Amino acid sequence: MNYVIIGNSAAAIGAVEGIRQIDKESPITLISDEPYHTYSRPLISYYLAGKVSQEKMYYRKEDFYRANQVETILGVKATGLNTAERSVSLADGRSVGYDKLLLATGGKPFVPPNLDMSKQGMYSFIKLDDVKAVQQVAKPGSKTVIIGAGLIGLKAAEGLAKLGVDITVVELANRVLSAILDEEAAAFVQRNLEEHNVKFELNTTVEEILGGDKVSGVSLKNGKQLDCDFVIVAIGVVPNTDLAKGTDIVINRGIVVDEQMETNVPGVYAAGDVSEGYDLIYQAQRVLPILPNAYQQGENAGKNMAGEKSAYKGGFAMNAIGFFDYPMITAGIIKPEGDEFESLIASDPAGKSYKKIVLRDDVIVGFIYLNKVDRAGIITGLIKEQATVKAFKQSILRDDFGYINFPVTERKAKMLKGGRTA
Amino acid sequence: MKRVYAKEEYCVGCRVCEVHCIVAHSDYKNDIVKAFKKQNPRPLPRILVEENRPISFALQCRHCEDAPCTKACITGAMQKDPETGVVTNEESRCVGCWTCILACPYGAISRNEQGKKVASKCDLCSDLGYTPACVKNCPNNALVFEER
Ligand SMILES: Cc1cc2nc3c(=O)[nH]c(=O)nc-3n(C[C@H](O)[C@H](O)[C@H](O)COP(=O)(O)OP(=O)(O)OC[C@H]3O[C@@H](n4cnc5c(N)ncnc54)[C@H](O)[C@@H]3O)c2cc1C
Ligand code: SF4
Ligand code: SF4
Repeated sequence: MNYVIIGNSAAAIGAVEGIRQIDKESPITLISDEPYHTYSRPLISYYLAGKVSQEKMYYRKEDFYRANQVETILGVKATGLNTAERSVSLADGRSVGYDKLLLATGGKPFVPPNLDMSKQGMYSFIKLDDVKAVQQVAKPGSKTVIIGAGLIGLKAAEGLAKLGVDITVVELANRVLSAILDEEAAAFVQRNLEEHNVKFELNTTVEEILGGDKVSGVSLKNGKQLDCDFVIVAIGVVPNTDLAKGTDIVINRGIVVDEQMETNVPGVYAAGDVSEGYDLIYQAQRVLPILPNAYQQGENAGKNMAGEKSAYKGGFAMNAIGFFDYPMITAGIIKPEGDEFESLIASDPAGKSYKKIVLRDDVIVGFIYLNKVDRAGIITGLIKEQATVKAFKQSILRDDFGYINFPVTERKAKMLKGGRTA
Repeated sequence: MKRVYAKEEYCVGCRVCEVHCIVAHSDYKNDIVKAFKKQNPRPLPRILVEENRPISFALQCRHCEDAPCTKACITGAMQKDPETGVVTNEESRCVGCWTCILACPYGAISRNEQGKKVASKCDLCSDLGYTPACVKNCPNNALVFEER
């Protein structure tokens, strides 16, 4: 058996670990166009702010490839895929054959056509090399416009604020973090960011990038003009399906996979931000561009590639994130629309905290924990189990909510199960 | 693997397990007074007593077979030892993002914000090499350390 993995991030590493749980010997070749040892992508904003060194960004120890007998081809892009011949061609002219292939090529930044990325001073915020480039221009007192108030845009804002950069974030939605927060929670978070000198232009978008070869500002749809030295485009990430295009592999938004993470082409698997796996809450195929999902899909792909039939039943959106020491944990449906939902809310503006639990037929389908995030995983677990919470619904919002509130048989079954969560 | 199991019928909610967990994770592992008086900041307990009179029980990391915290960890700091099964956080690599808290279905990870933010959890006293301190010191034998 000869395994080839394209990518070197959460999904790819998960696959190596999945394969090696089953098959300790067959050769694994891992190919990535990024020239670095596997690193934690979410840490790029920490690196920019000087909070972690490059070594402390490593997602696995330095001897990871050797210990797992992985041959790496780093800094070389895979440019072609021939599923009939079972081979991948590389930018340096080489061709690599495989028996089992994993596409773990992640996402790429979405850039609308009116944003001219060829101008000097235009940046994405996805890769280590992106922040290395941003570092060169992010001088104290310099000005930036960040397009997009999602997770990546706001993480960029936090990192840049710590460097003394003057920041305005432009967002089309009516609030920050619209994918993971409702209006009320978003207002708390926005205020906290504003207290750290991050400015916002909501309900509008960038119409045009101003300046000649080099960015000098942006014009907004609401009529305003903002001067700036550089622009960070953080509108979103789309599945990087380039390699699968033009092959028989079925692509919807992402590469379509089954529970084994296999595509419609036998022997070719996909996992992580590039793939479209099953969403347990929406009960549909969806791209779930978060790291825990990427790792688990990758690990499951690896096990199946190595011959063990293992099903990943699906995931759902979930995020733990914080800005300027203001933490939040959210998952699933956070702003329900329709009669079938019920929301339990505890809001404490003085304490800057907010809790919201969203239920459908007494089954939790989403939550927001803002500032008070302790033990949030108990809720995540209940979502995953699709368990009815009728018996203890009144207690869920309590700050000391825990296993004590579960019916005794349920509690004992869980606690005495001996550490199997599934 | 051997895990700590709680017998809630025997637990009186005295929290002696929390006390001894603090001592076991202090610089003064054999001296409860020094651990409490001298060490500043005082380590956090990695075991939690849940209580709603008359019921109480102690809960700590279950060292799950599929350990969702390790799969969710964004830095790779949280790892399950393939030999011993013990799940530990390599605190120097942890950035306190709390993704593991989002993932842990037992609510067994706490935030340590005393210095650099790190996730704090039960390590089964693995560096002591013997029965976990909570089990050893429970006056009512409400905690057992065994293979099931
Ligand atoms: C700033 C930032 C912060 C984030 N914070 C969080 C967070 O807090 N929590 C969270 O859950 N998620 C977070 N995410 C998302 C998370 O990083 C992704 O979900 C995760 O990295 C996806 O992993 P992946 O392995 O699928 O792909 P990626 O991490 O995107 O890696 C894909 C790799 O494949 C390589 N590649 C692509 N095409 C080719 C090719 N043709 N040839 C060779 N190599 C190729 C790419 O260069 C890249 O190295 C964040 C993302 C960013 C950018
Ligand atoms: S911290 Fe939680 S998820 Fe991780 S092994 Fe312990 S109980 Fe399981
Ligand atoms: S808090 Fe630390 S251990 Fe937990 S997920 Fe984040 S980096 Fe990993």
